[in-house]
Amino acid sequence: MALPQAKQDATDARLAALDLPVQGGWTRAARADALSRLTSMGLPGNRDEYWRFTRPGDLNAVQPATAEPMDESDEAPLYADIDALKLVFRDGVFDAEASDALEMEGIEIARLAEVQEADIHWARDLYGQLEARGQDPVDRPFAALNTAFATDGILIRATGKAAKPISIVYVHERADSDPILHHAVKVEAGAEVTLLEGGAVGARFNTALEADVADTGKLHHVRAQGRNRQRVANTHTFARLGAEAVFKSFTLTLNGALTRNEHIVELKGDDAVAHVAGAAIGDGKVAPMHHDDTVFVTHDAVNCESRQVFKKVLKNGALGVFQGKILVKPQAQKTDGYQISQSLLLDEDSQFLAKPELEIYADDVACSHGSTTGAIDEDMLFYLRARGVPERRATDLLVLAFLAETLAEIEDDGIAESLRQRLENWLDRHAD
Amino acid sequence: MLEIKNLHVKLEEEDKQILKGVDLTVEAGKVHAIMGPNGSGKSTLSYVLSGRGGYEVTDGEASLLGEDILDMDPEERAAAGVFLAFQYPVEIPGVGNMTFMRTAVNAQRKARGEEEMSSAEFLKVVREKAKEMQIDAEMLKRPVNVGFSGGEKKRNEILQMAMLAPKLCIMDETDSGLDVDAMKLVAKGVNALRSPDRGFLVITHYQRLLDHIQPDVVHIMSDGRIVKTGGPELALEVEKNGYTDILKENA
Ligand SMILES: Nc1ncnc2c1ncn2[C@@H]1O[C@H](COP(=O)(O)OP(=O)(O)OP(=O)(O)O)[C@@H](O)[C@H]1O
Ligand SMILES: [Mg+2]
Repeated sequence: MALPQAKQDATDARLAALDLPVQGGWTRAARADALSRLTSMGLPGNRDEYWRFTRPGDLNAVQPATAEPMDESDEAPLYADIDALKLVFRDGVFDAEASDALEMEGIEIARLAEVQEADIHWARDLYGQLEARGQDPVDRPFAALNTAFATDGILIRATGKAAKPISIVYVHERADSDPILHHAVKVEAGAEVTLLEGGAVGARFNTALEADVADTGKLHHVRAQGRNRQRVANTHTFARLGAEAVFKSFTLTLNGALTRNEHIVELKGDDAVAHVAGAAIGDGKVAPMHHDDTVFVTHDAVNCESRQVFKKVLKNGALGVFQGKILVKPQAQKTDGYQISQSLLLDEDSQFLAKPELEIYADDVACSHGSTTGAIDEDMLFYLRARGVPERRATDLLVLAFLAETLAEIEDDGIAESLRQRLENWLDRHAD
Repeated sequence: MLEIKNLHVKLEEEDKQILKGVDLTVEAGKVHAIMGPNGSGKSTLSYVLSGRGGYEVTDGEASLLGEDILDMDPEERAAAGVFLAFQYPVEIPGVGNMTFMRTAVNAQRKARGEEEMSSAEFLKVVREKAKEMQIDAEMLKRPVNVGFSGGEKKRNEILQMAMLAPKLCIMDETDSGLDVDAMKLVAKGVNALRSPDRGFLVITHYQRLLDHIQPDVVHIMSDGRIVKTGGPELALEVEKNGYTDILKENA
């Protein structure tokens, strides 16, 4: 079927400016398939069902808008107290000097750019595979673009319990950088690993994570997306879970001109557990702030549990979007599905748009979803102030209280505290 | 200590006059009780004194230790020494009771130019006072008032009052919802705070609280005014005969 002309033009223009990073090697087929998926679906348009609240123009553009790098040295580095294997990317380019050696007990770890020329690699069965599955029933053109054109990424295969978390540190240094990174994580049966990500990847960035968690495997994923007001982010997290597998993913977003984070989770084995959560806080005063969480959870096995917990705090005209779906297939009996999306609007200029969806084909399930939009509770505010807490501090306490439920989704208290501190710092910097 | 003169208050949102000329003086070291029928304006008076929004002062004044308080923010009034034990204490999910109290104590100290309390010192003091109110460690850790029973909420108010050591303690129906033992506990807490430089304004419907907290002066409020003032015997009269006679003789 031919694409509408505008879509065709946008897609042609974008593709003309991109080169496949490799011609041969084990990723060749996956990249070629992804490219043909992309050319047949085209880049998104304003009228596409899942792009009504978030205009794709800035993501479609051939050149990214300028985003000046930000000096973040006024606060302690993220996860400062966490002992982790550190891997550093500067505008999407790996910095070996600043990184730890790619080795750890219980883990096979490699860089995509380093191993992709080989004929064979374990990641061949994963790279682009979950992304391809995630295209049905909703097109995700930027994920296909990512698979085709990713220049680098981390490939992790956990065969046992990882000795410590793997921490990917992003450094944004160039105002026009436009990195595309693709990470793949395979957690073998009974294995366990924690993946941390932190920082703005570039001026505009497209990152994908494919996570395949085998029976009884566990993957914890915690991410913070920097605090640059101008950067444009588009990320996809694909997860597939085997029996009794556990996947927990948390994302913290502070400001950002445009953020579109998609989570696509498939519960394939019985008794699997998937939690995806996010806290976003944005101030539209100096630059526009637009944050979009788009989540699709598919229950395809018996007695699985899924939770989506997304909260946003918006001020000075910031705009939040949540599109979340739970799909329960006919055989997925005893499903326990939960979804909550909430926003706290600190003024009348800010806005939250939510589109929760349930599609259930099994009869013995417990699924619930809710969405709320509200302002600071005046009674709570007065109670705090009547005890002597100044209005500013009282408001901050209530904001942190509102977001606390999302941070509670993080397993590790130390990591959660590190992110909570970031929120406190943000509130201090945005006192007006 | 507290001087209220000819205080007129209406609702901000509608044209409804609630306080219609309240005159009241609470001296340091004294306990004043306010009684009066439902809807007479007792809670409104307590809110206006502590700075809650939604009300408009159309006439009159109120001062604490000679300082006009009506133009102050609620937090400034708190630092100046005003404390309101709420008729309905507010639940605040996500804010720990302990964090809340320490933030409040130190914010007030800071506003007064005093040194902040260290964590260790705060912990020691709060544990001691919580014990007196029979509030256990688990309740201190829980979010403010969340899941507290009615009586626990009221005890938590008195604990905050003890921690903040205010100059003027306004208590709005602190006795409602308390069982007999809790009532004694609360009264004990209040009596422990009685001192020559502290005043109390105790709003209540019942004599039984006043059995434990002996008032020096009792006021009857009706339709936005103090209509009668007397000694402790006035509360006994209300207890026995209700308000009808009192209101008639003042009509
Ligand atoms: N925010 C408000 N909106 C509408 N009416 C109000 C508001 N606040 C107070 N009122 C009205 O003002 C009057 C006085 O109320 P208030 O709560 O002060 O009475 P009270 O003496 O404390 O009564 P109670 O003994 O029942 O606690 C009542 O008629 C009440 O309905
Ligand atoms: Mg009342």
